[in-house]
Amino acid sequence: MSLNTIMVFAEGDESGPTTLTLELIRAARGVAANVEAFVLDDGSSMAESLGDHGVSKIHAMGGAEGKLVGAHAAALMADLVVSNLPDAVFFGQTPDGRDTAARLSVRLDQPVITNNVGVTVEDGVLVLEEPVFGGTQNIFTAFRNDGASLALFRPKSFEAESIGGAIAEVSVLEGADPGNSGTAIVTGRVIEERSGPQLDSAAVVVSGGRGLGQPEAYELVDELAGLLNAASGASRAIVDAGWVPYSKQVGQTGKVVKPSLYFACGISGATQHLVGMKGSKVIIAINKDPEAPIFSVADLGIVGDVHKVMPALIETLKAT
Amino acid sequence: MKVVVCVKQIPDPALPGELDPTTNLLKRDGKLILDESDSYGVEMALQLVEAAGGGEVSLVSMAPNNEMSGLRTALAMGADDAILVSDENLAGTDALGTAKVLAAAIGRLSPDLILAGVESSDGYTGTVPEMIAGVLDLPSVTFAKQISIDGDTVKAQRQTEAGYDDIECKLPVLLSVTAGVVEPRYPSFKGIMAAKKKPVEALDLQALGIESNTVGVVGARQETIRVTEAEERESGEIIEDDGDAHQRIAEFLGELKVV
Ligand SMILES: Cc1cc2nc3c(=O)[nH]c(=O)nc-3n(C[C@H](O)[C@H](O)[C@H](O)COP(=O)(O)OP(=O)(O)OC[C@H]3O[C@@H](n4cnc5c(N)ncnc54)[C@H](O)[C@@H]3O)c2cc1C
Ligand SMILES: Nc1ncnc2c1ncn2[C@@H]1O[C@H](COP(=O)(O)O)[C@@H](O)[C@H]1O
Repeated sequence: MSLNTIMVFAEGDESGPTTLTLELIRAARGVAANVEAFVLDDGSSMAESLGDHGVSKIHAMGGAEGKLVGAHAAALMADLVVSNLPDAVFFGQTPDGRDTAARLSVRLDQPVITNNVGVTVEDGVLVLEEPVFGGTQNIFTAFRNDGASLALFRPKSFEAESIGGAIAEVSVLEGADPGNSGTAIVTGRVIEERSGPQLDSAAVVVSGGRGLGQPEAYELVDELAGLLNAASGASRAIVDAGWVPYSKQVGQTGKVVKPSLYFACGISGATQHLVGMKGSKVIIAINKDPEAPIFSVADLGIVGDVHKVMPALIETLKAT
Repeated sequence: MKVVVCVKQIPDPALPGELDPTTNLLKRDGKLILDESDSYGVEMALQLVEAAGGGEVSLVSMAPNNEMSGLRTALAMGADDAILVSDENLAGTDALGTAKVLAAAIGRLSPDLILAGVESSDGYTGTVPEMIAGVLDLPSVTFAKQISIDGDTVKAQRQTEAGYDDIECKLPVLLSVTAGVVEPRYPSFKGIMAAKKKPVEALDLQALGIESNTVGVVGARQETIRVTEAEERESGEIIEDDGDAHQRIAEFLGELKVV
């Protein structure tokens, strides 16, 4: 038995929806007969792609230039959710997705379940699956509320699937001022430089951690990544320390990656790091501590010093 | 300037976490410590008050059994006082319920600024701070990685997937700070001694005027229906580097057809 309608909070830009948005639509389609989407512009840029993935209708919220998305979007969404009564609203676990879900939760007085990787309908209610304790156990939680259920999903939990659906119908959402809660303004936007393969879509990822010892040693990671045509990533320890920007962070608070090969250099393998990379097809790890938890998920584990193994490997690869 | 910092007290993350087999809730009995995620908020508050030339830093925490050892740590760092909300009806409270409780406590203090962590180490819903702002109808800046105050305006950098946004907002406002945003100080011996005498106001739901059916397991309106073991990833070949491990890696990369 499936539900009637699920609305998806769609994110993206002029070039189209994010992959995570398409994954959410796939998840929603699996449990509901009708999928609609909230979009933060006039809706025209995504009508085709969202329709193709199975969205019947877009609720266009207008642009959010200069505003913070959470307070602004939730104010617009709340009235529609109250009048149209969808069974659920799905969000991606992104900064704006979390803010919007949280604000909407307060406006509707409805619970939010976070960090989900799976969804089913059992006895007519939504059941969500969340990995805990570093992914060693899964908790299944059923909503027991009346009204729209709110759920946040982790990236790469579903496969986006184009089903050749018709262009989505666009209806414009108007009114609803967020009031005092919407008074923070965006005065500038800084995009940190990125080149080469993107971390969340690269086939190979080389990541470095605190075991590199010093910021300059991250060059070894970059060099190895270059030779393997890989994206370079990092543990939170060295992001917090300011060695590399946050956009490189892999893990619970960073990016979820599922490459065919993940190469962890000087990373201990804390649970919060593992949940971001455990889905990789093959894992290679270099760590000088034979007890490091990263070895429990590694297909090839090298107990050794990154300052010896990495330069030697780089030389070998250059020579071939 | 008056700053309130939300601090969560959690079971030591170094110990393995455990679910209570009857309720399926995370076990939270026993000693709790200051969540490292909130030590950044405490440090940030102390620095902002110093920069403003004076003020007060108050802590707000919701924890079982009137547990306050984590609060004492934050008081030892230099916070002035604290409100601790504890009530047996709070067991099983979800993010929204937590936000209702914390917002009620914060409302008593009428702060200029509220700080919280982006996400807690044990719950990591990452939604409680934004919900508190929602309940109090305040603007907010989540994922703040730099904060300064200029008169009645807060300027902050909000981390984004691609870089960061510059944000401005009039006080009062709530900000959630990322880990590593500042270097939390270690409590000094003097600070630890002083903390023992600092006021901690203990409140229950009745004192806050919150109906017990809006929080706790009942208010959460969700139920854990089963817990399963995840499929374990097999570990493979582990070798000790004796000078030629790089050759084994190169060979392995060749087998994978990566090179
Ligand atoms: C709420 C929350 C969210 C978090 N989110 C994330 C996240 O998204 N991503 C993330 O990564 N972490 C996250 N963390 C942090 C996580 O718990 C760890 O602290 C972090 O992953 C550790 O990074 P690390 O492995 O680089 O450092 P460490 O744990 O310090 O490990 C360094 C490793 O390097 C090894 N080493 C040292 N020297 C050498 C050498 N010369 N050669 C080889 N090996 C060497 C050591 O044996 C050690 O295993 C989060 C934590 C919390 C509480
Ligand atoms: N029980 C609590 N007591 C005080 N602060 C809390 C509590 N729960 C959450 N918070 C605050 O909200 C932040 C995010 O928590 P969470 O939403 O659980 O990830 C934490 O870092 C704290 O600042």
